[in-house]
Amino acid sequence: MRASTKVVAAGLLLVALVLAGVVSYYADSSPDGLNKVAQDKGFSDTEKEHAAGDGPFAGYESSFIDDGRLSGGFAGVVGVLLVLGLAGGLTYAVRRREPSDDRT
Amino acid sequence: MHVPDGFLDAPTSVATGVVAAVAVGVALRGARRELDDRTAPLAGLVAAFIFATQMLNFPVASGTSGHLLGGALAAILVGPFTGLLCMATVFLVQSLLFADGGITALGTNIDLMGVVTVLVGWSVFKALQTVLPKRLSMVAPSAGIAALVSVPASAAVFVLLYAVGGTADLSLSTLATAMIGVHVLVGIGEAVITFLAVGSIVAVRPDLVYGARPVLETRELQIRTARAAT
Repeated sequence: MRASTKVVAAGLLLVALVLAGVVSYYADSSPDGLNKVAQDKGFSDTEKEHAAGDGPFAGYESSFIDDGRLSGGFAGVVGVLLVLGLAGGLTYAVRRREPSDDRT
Repeated sequence: MHVPDGFLDAPTSVATGVVAAVAVGVALRGARRELDDRTAPLAGLVAAFIFATQMLNFPVASGTSGHLLGGALAAILVGPFTGLLCMATVFLVQSLLFADGGITALGTNIDLMGVVTVLVGWSVFKALQTVLPKRLSMVAPSAGIAALVSVPASAAVFVLLYAVGGTADLSLSTLATAMIGVHVLVGIGEAVITFLAVGSIVAVRPDLVYGARPVLETRELQIRTARAAT
């Protein structure tokens, strides 16, 4: 089975959007490894308030959407598209231009 | 394992920021050799996929969760330099837009979850590729093992950083035991996700997987030898 580059790209994007937009609602909300260790060892109170903690998407929630499922899902989709744009633009800008390489 | 503001003191955060800036600078230069017109569009998608997967915390022990870090996965899919650029982009967006990972800790997070996981993940993967048979079927399992090792390695470097600039007075051996212990468990999840993701792409388009290219080259050489013989 061989897929075209476009199919692989579309597949990756679709999986990313579904994971961030839908599946993320079912993620475990327990503290992660570092936060749990910080709680258990008593240094979680050294954490300082996040300077961007009042932003519209802080904590992977859209502050302007009430519904929990939509709020998190929309934030996830915004994140996926923003990361795609930034990382895609950056890597596209630094890529090797093939025609100039081939003709030398 | 996103480090918030305040866990490490200011001098340590400045130092980790400098290390991260240098690492990203090196990656910008190195990525040029890894990316061509065919692979460049996929790098952004790999970053987006890692961002999405990092939202999916899975349970690892009672009351504790973990999520993919993704440095090993990124390095194997798009190359270590490009992989670090992907990871740095993810942490930048997470910190500024989603308040996940401190802003003064951005350098720390790029170092721990980007530089360390990419370096350790890629090194383990290349070492396995050297000793194991050069077959496509070895790529995904090697990627899984590389991912497994990369997570506790990252936790261990956090403990080292905490020893240098932690803001609380802790027993470092206790911290090391707890951090590395829980992150071995997170590493198992990391290994499963990395194995599945790399395995899926190797199944349909192995030539798009940076870490699979040496294996493909060996295969092409064998075909040429056979042609010459007939």
